[in-house]
Amino acid sequence: MSAKTLLQVVFLFSSLSLLSIGGGNTVLPEMHFKSVSDYHWLTDSQFADVFAISQAAPGPSILIVTLIGYKAGLTVGGELMGILGAVLATVSMIVPAGLLVFFVVQFWEHAKDSPVRHAIEKGFAPLTVGLVLASGYVMSRAADQDWHAYLLTGACTLVFVLTKINPLIVVAIAGFLGWMGLV
Amino acid sequence: MSEAEKPPRPTLFDLAWTFNHIALASFGGGLSAWSREVVVVEKKWMAEEEFLSALTMCRILPGANQVNLAVFVGSKFRGLPGAAAAVFGLSLIPVLIILGLGYAYFKFHQVPALQSVLHGAAAAAVALTLAMAIKTGRKCLRGIIPVLLFAAIFVMNGVFRWHLLPCLALLAPLSLVWGWPKTKKP
Repeated sequence: MSAKTLLQVVFLFSSLSLLSIGGGNTVLPEMHFKSVSDYHWLTDSQFADVFAISQAAPGPSILIVTLIGYKAGLTVGGELMGILGAVLATVSMIVPAGLLVFFVVQFWEHAKDSPVRHAIEKGFAPLTVGLVLASGYVMSRAADQDWHAYLLTGACTLVFVLTKINPLIVVAIAGFLGWMGLV
Repeated sequence: MSEAEKPPRPTLFDLAWTFNHIALASFGGGLSAWSREVVVVEKKWMAEEEFLSALTMCRILPGANQVNLAVFVGSKFRGLPGAAAAVFGLSLIPVLIILGLGYAYFKFHQVPALQSVLHGAAAAAVALTLAMAIKTGRKCLRGIIPVLLFAAIFVMNGVFRWHLLPCLALLAPLSLVWGWPKTKKP
């Protein structure tokens, strides 16, 4: 029973790893369907909560799979199975796509002087800036809920652009303001 | 950049340590902006354009963008062991933190009270992302065509919320044509 669940964890996340074109968020609906409706590892509201936890914790947001794997292990065994499930889910999600990127980098480093590489480096730069601004815009719609937060975001942006203050200090001060209940 | 000015090739430990630093700094979000802050500005491991194009390639390829970027930087300098070291550094402490939070959540059915701190930190993480767009934009948005490409993908992906793939299917060919090196006349 438990071996079957662990195998399901490995197969689910290694296939999602290769399907997540455009980033981890693109496979969230499929991840939700499989782990909630199909395998019944979590309830609907638990899925929403582990999503929120994974967004809040530092590090890559794809670590939601760590928690899903953990809960999958818990449903068939104790804490130890949970941790085993968590590790397997994380490794399965990272390794297949990671290997693909590794092979692309090999090609990339050999193509140092090819026109394709020059075209991508020059041509993709404006697109990346647009995508970064788009993600900042989307994040601000989610993170900034009132004018206090917009003001804080605006002030921090000015500090980051105009000064050389270590960003960590700014983030810490902003976290402190949040803790004081000012944002 | 000439060979002499290049910083020394990072060791496996450097890679793991640096990506660990990036991951922990991203409390509240903004991991891409933190990666640029450390990899390009602080460590000077990559030039601005190389980093930006790597970021978009990492978004196109399957996998979590930030994990892919760690693989990219790690394998550029140290091959497969480098990739493993960077990913290990990026993920180890966050996995431990998230397991601790998950344990508390499934045991006590509540998330430790971090919401208010996160609220403030997230506002600053958004700011770091916006500042990255401004700083990199000042360098590479020179001329009418790059500004149009930039504005088009921002509106499609940010305002209309189109998926990444249709946006790139439309715009990547145009930007490659624009970026293709001009053959110099003899």
